Amino acid sequence: MHRRGVGAGAIAKKKLAEAKYKERGNVLAEDQIVQMSKQLETFKSNLEEFASKHKQEIRKNPQFRVQFQEMCATIGVDPLASGKGFWSEMLGVGDFYYELGVQIVEVCLALKHRNGGLITLDELHQRVLKGRGKYAQDVSQDDLMRAIKKLKVMGNGFGMIPVGGSYLVQSVPAELNMDHTVVLQLAEKKGYVTVSEIKESLKWEKERACHVLDHLLKEGLAWLDSQASGEAQYWLPALFSEIISRDVTPEEANQMTP
Amino acid sequence: MDRFSWSNGLLEINETLVIQQRGVRLYDGDDKAKLDVGVALLSTHRLIWRDVKNHECCIAMPLSQILLFEEQAAGIGKSAKIVIHLQETPANKEPGPYQNSKYSFIKLSFKEHGQIEFHRRLTEEMTQKRWESTPVSQPISAGTSSQAGRTRAVGIVGIERKIEEKRKETDKNICEAFEDLSKLMVKAKEMVELSRSIANKIKDKQGDISEDETIRFKSYLLSMGIANPVTRETYGTGTHYHMQLAKQLGDMLQAPLEERGGMMALTEVYCLVNRARGMELLSPEDLVNACKMFESLKLPLRLRVFDSGVMVVQLQSHSEEEMIASALDYVTDKGSLTAEEFAKLLGLSVLLSKERLLLAEKVGHLCRDDSVEGLRFYPNLFLNA
Repeated sequence: MHRRGVGAGAIAKKKLAEAKYKERGNVLAEDQIVQMSKQLETFKSNLEEFASKHKQEIRKNPQFRVQFQEMCATIGVDPLASGKGFWSEMLGVGDFYYELGVQIVEVCLALKHRNGGLITLDELHQRVLKGRGKYAQDVSQDDLMRAIKKLKVMGNGFGMIPVGGSYLVQSVPAELNMDHTVVLQLAEKKGYVTVSEIKESLKWEKERACHVLDHLLKEGLAWLDSQASGEAQYWLPALFSEIISRDVTPEEANQMTP
Repeated sequence: MDRFSWSNGLLEINETLVIQQRGVRLYDGDDKAKLDVGVALLSTHRLIWRDVKNHECCIAMPLSQILLFEEQAAGIGKSAKIVIHLQETPANKEPGPYQNSKYSFIKLSFKEHGQIEFHRRLTEEMTQKRWESTPVSQPISAGTSSQAGRTRAVGIVGIERKIEEKRKETDKNICEAFEDLSKLMVKAKEMVELSRSIANKIKDKQGDISEDETIRFKSYLLSMGIANPVTRETYGTGTHYHMQLAKQLGDMLQAPLEERGGMMALTEVYCLVNRARGMELLSPEDLVNACKMFESLKLPLRLRVFDSGVMVVQLQSHSEEEMIASALDYVTDKGSLTAEEFAKLLGLSVLLSKERLLLAEKVGHLCRDDSVEGLRFYPNLFLNA
């Protein structure tokens, strides 16, 4: 009786099996691409059906938009990646956010000379709404933030800085590190900040405070009021609108005039 | 707030409900009224407010009391409001929640939005002044109930029920939408997993999938919005779609670029192109991916990224040396320039002017003077000395 399993025959067989497996591996990948193509068609018609029933919901309901975006993010899909994507084409989400992007850029550009490229999310929201007109679709702040995230891709320094419960939107490539951010946050309450306030609240040395404030001045983000009673005040035009919009009662007005 | 009178909230004959809005808090002038959040109702004749929890607590004011009104936009932590300025109290006014007030205005604070619609309807009613043409009998004062009162109650309750039903219907629609959305997401997730498996196979065996198939695969990823893990040197993350786009951009941007001295910031291009399109807009990523293909498609445009991260599209014919030489000329001519001044001279954006000055500085033609007053550039005399 001959013994099998060991020897040249077995090795040859193994090699043959490996080659066949490799070939099958190739076919598998190609097969998968074909399979994906088929699944894509099915998915597309599912999405069409969804759109025919619920497209309005996305346009009208900001909460629904948030949920939709979050679900997409969870599964690893970016519905705003391309105007050519299914989501954009069939649900119309793309146009909604891309147009919003245009409006955001335009507002930021228009105000840059005044605030140096820094604006509160609130003011941005109000101005964008105004520009869109009364009958346009309402947009929420979440919508704005998502549009801004997309704008970042184009390298113009768009970013958001958390401040006082909301955000400052930066639209110029000014370098703002943690120190600058913290000072901005400190200034948020009154719209301005002084060197003493920084030293007291943040426990910094005078040099550090001055360095940060000088940088903000240079970038056009802060204005210096050297005539203020006491010490010089550094005002942030980005934070102006909040203060101006607050109603002034007659009593307060009387107190203000010297 | 002293213009309001107690009311049972029932509509008169000839009085119609125009709009109602939940989540409204009243303000006596600038102070919060000593009332909870409630429902504001606007009729053809009156402004009515009712406490949500205690329906007995209901007040009304004739629209004729309104002098003028304005919107007050929402702020951080503050709801949108409508400020209503009022006429003097008439002598025969029925008693209400406030005997007197130091204010001649009230505010409606819309904690659940709806201010836009409310304001619009209020404007309509105040313009039409329907209460003048359809008079009603003396408003029923608090506590009086009659047969007639009870039948009228049906009217407003009926309307309220309809509105409630509509809200339930809307809620139901949203629930259904969410359910459908969840099912859709399950299918989308399958696609994501499949695409990951394919991507891994492609990575492991670099040469075995054909170019065609790779391109097809990339377009599938694009359709689904799945990030592309496979980059090929030839086309980058681009697809046929991006190639076409790149060609379109090549045509479209020639003239605008020439007008602007050969260079435009990418955000500017984005706005220009999308405004022109009107619909089927480009995503920022679409634009970037298309611009990246300029070189490989041999189009006369280039995408350029400055050190600051600013991205621009520039005409290829636009020579670097020319830009730098011209920057040096201008600065020498004026002695020194800031980015803003340079921008004015050239008619360019401040952003791009700054980049040009920085470029000239990089090759050593200009020197900077960095002070609190700003960044100013001077000709580099060290070079020539």
